[in-house]
Amino acid sequence: MTDLRLYRPRVSTWWWTRKRSYLLFVLRELSSIFIAWFVVYLLLFVRAVGQSEAAYQRFLDWASAPWVTVLNVVGLVFVLLHTVTWFNLTPQAMAVRMAGRPVPAFHIVAGQYTGLVVVSGFVIWLVTR
Amino acid sequence: MSRRRVEPLVWLMFSAGGVLAAVFLPILILLFGLAFPLGWLDPPDYDHLHAVLTYPLTLVVLLGLFVLMSVHSAHRFRYTLYDGLQIKKKRTVAVLCYGAAIVGSVATLAVLWVLARGS
Amino acid sequence: MAERIGLRVSRYRPDTDSEPHWSEYEVPLRKEWTVLDGLNHVKNEIDTTLSFRWSCRMGICGSCGMNVDGEPKLSCGTFLTDYEPGPITVEPLANFPVVRDLVVDLSDFMAKLPRVKPWIIHPDDGRTVEPDVEYLQTPEELEAYKQFSMCINCMLCYSACPVYGLDPEFIGPAAIALAERYDLDSRDHGQRLRLDVLIEHEGVWGCTFVGECTRVCPKHVDPASAIQRYKLKAALQTVKAFLLPRGAR
Repeated sequence: MTDLRLYRPRVSTWWWTRKRSYLLFVLRELSSIFIAWFVVYLLLFVRAVGQSEAAYQRFLDWASAPWVTVLNVVGLVFVLLHTVTWFNLTPQAMAVRMAGRPVPAFHIVAGQYTGLVVVSGFVIWLVTR
Repeated sequence: MSRRRVEPLVWLMFSAGGVLAAVFLPILILLFGLAFPLGWLDPPDYDHLHAVLTYPLTLVVLLGLFVLMSVHSAHRFRYTLYDGLQIKKKRTVAVLCYGAAIVGSVATLAVLWVLARGS
Repeated sequence: MAERIGLRVSRYRPDTDSEPHWSEYEVPLRKEWTVLDGLNHVKNEIDTTLSFRWSCRMGICGSCGMNVDGEPKLSCGTFLTDYEPGPITVEPLANFPVVRDLVVDLSDFMAKLPRVKPWIIHPDDGRTVEPDVEYLQTPEELEAYKQFSMCINCMLCYSACPVYGLDPEFIGPAAIALAERYDLDSRDHGQRLRLDVLIEHEGVWGCTFVGECTRVCPKHVDPASAIQRYKLKAALQTVKAFLLPRGAR
């Protein structure tokens, strides 16, 4: 095969638009941008609370601006995409065994949603009491 | 294994950050990103919120949350740049992404430190 | 049901072509015919120059992988009637260099597979295995690795994996699934050796858990699961190595 000219196809930059599963994958990965945004947003929030009541109030006012609201809504959608896909993939990523038997995927997913509900409930209680 | 390996540990932090983001971010954004600023719910009383945030356990949890979520998003975005935009300067991308995570972590430490000291 | 269906087949002749082009054929649309039957009809009756790989025609040899309407498939298990009214686009397996027509060059995988040592590795404590004593395994021990042993090396997973398409250094789904198959085998003692290979950057870490490999696998091997489990294994090993003193490792 010394003189054989192999044809090497190039991968298009738009490879991820060709299949629905690829598109969903890339959207899931792009949720990382919004997670980074929320780290910044929440840090700014915590800093404002640390400064003064006036700073806290100013932050809430700033956060109600249209562009911030839109960003947070879009970001929340992407974060929920992250949550749902992460929970669904966990059973595939880990072989969980209890009492010598493999735990069915449904239980692992259900357990995670339970954790989500518990944590959410706890945060609501902590903050609004 | 004779050499120290960083990649497996970064992946572990990525995974931990992913779990934390999946479980904590939805409610945190719903409350602090939308409900309170837009007035759907009355914002918490300042003194109460300040007390909750300066509680030592809260500071520790927030530190873990922000640092691990920073690493998570940096790690994921790094591979998105490799696979999505097919950027070939891989080391540059890695340095920029994890560098941003380090900046985020330092900022977290700074903010939480000031908060803890001022309480 | 119509009588015929069109096949739009990618053709490439290394001595005359600089890139592939299409040839259109019409083949009988029979209820039980697969894409492979269609291609064989073309080669026998219409155009003998068409080249493609096939062997068992029953989904066990792994030879006939190709991209049908953009999806990696075994042509012997892909039925023409599922694509009515057609035409059906038939291309060589994606992410591999094309040798000619639908034949691809698999030497990259052939080089990668031995690196994960896909065979039972005996403990090196000097004991030799008596040749007439068989290893006995319980059904549970077989279950542990059975799914990953179903791999027929058809390369559909490599074709579906965007990471492999973009980074040819990536060792790939089937290789890692096969490493896991042997790691989980109770008769094997080679976990450390395989981990040393897969813990490299081009081992498991390039995988971003797209999951396409599992979706296209005709034998339900679930390579994506093997890879994520391997990442966890590697990470925990690394943590252990950091925490334990040298002598205890």
